[in-house]
Amino acid sequence: MLKTLHNRTRIQYFLGLAIGFFFGFLLQKGGVCHYDIIMQQLLLQDFTVVKIILTAILTGMVGVYAMRDAGWVRLHKKPGSLGATIPGPLIFGIGFAILGYCPGTSVGAVGHGALDALIGGVIGIMAGAGLYAALYPRLKERVLPFGSFGDKTLIDLVSARNPWFVIIPVAVFIAVFLAVLEIVGL
Amino acid sequence: MDIFQTLANHLFISIWPPYMVGVGIGILCWLAFLLSDHPIGVSTAFAKSAGMIEMAVRGPEVRNKPYYQENTPAIDWGWMLVAGLFLGAFTAAWLSGDINWKWVPQMWEDTFGPSILLRLGAALFGGICVGFGARWGSGCTSGHGISGTLQLVLTSWIAVFCFFAGGVAVAFIMYRII
Repeated sequence: MLKTLHNRTRIQYFLGLAIGFFFGFLLQKGGVCHYDIIMQQLLLQDFTVVKIILTAILTGMVGVYAMRDAGWVRLHKKPGSLGATIPGPLIFGIGFAILGYCPGTSVGAVGHGALDALIGGVIGIMAGAGLYAALYPRLKERVLPFGSFGDKTLIDLVSARNPWFVIIPVAVFIAVFLAVLEIVGL
Repeated sequence: MDIFQTLANHLFISIWPPYMVGVGIGILCWLAFLLSDHPIGVSTAFAKSAGMIEMAVRGPEVRNKPYYQENTPAIDWGWMLVAGLFLGAFTAAWLSGDINWKWVPQMWEDTFGPSILLRLGAALFGGICVGFGARWGSGCTSGHGISGTLQLVLTSWIAVFCFFAGGVAVAFIMYRII
């Protein structure tokens, strides 16, 4: 791994900014910083958001696991539990439909002049995150650890001997799903 | 030469094909892991910003809150990523002449009317839920939806299912029932 580079704080700030720049550029060019595109996805009429996410997952998965096999990168897996991973993301989803943007696309939407994404999105999301920080001590003891499933991957879940026994079927499934979307004209 | 010409022309086009954008984001995930030992994620930066604002208002003792002890409110790689995200999104829209200052999105206006106050109130409420839920579930559409799922992490696949389950249900209530 590129440990020396990882420890260069200033270069890392610049890399964060640069990777963010291209990420924002792509989100904007993909059209997914627009309220109408996101809402039409949630209404299952336009599948641009799903197409971008699934293609990113497919590309990212193959590359990251290949680099991990080569010893170039390590994984960053988030642990979860029933008490954290079900209620939090459901509240997120409800807010996602009411706001019409997610955190990344709300910042991107401000970039094309969406003022509802600035006032509701950027300010609201910060307020929500601050509110969570205030309530965190109450959830920490009992709710968050409830039904913990650790940082298992789908590979661990099926106890595959070789990770590619899972990666390849997932890749094929995503490719077939995208092909079906194109065939049915979504 | 033709390839460069095509690429240059693409900079001024409003919309790129979703598969091209998806592959590009996937490659950025490789670079983030390789060059920075970080997955791409956006919502942590919002929590850190909230903490920094609270510190500016209420003083440094905010740092003693249990949440901020675990998530230091300071500028870091992830915060720079979000700053870059804004600049990149702005540049993309600017190159194709797509910057339009707007308070109410078209689709919202067609269903709920042109009231700016109604739209901002709803967006603020939705935003608070998004921020609160993202931190409760430790990630958003980027951190779980792309970075976590591509590592095949179970937590992230469950989180993404819940993001879309909640989102689709409320979108149908808003646009098909009300």
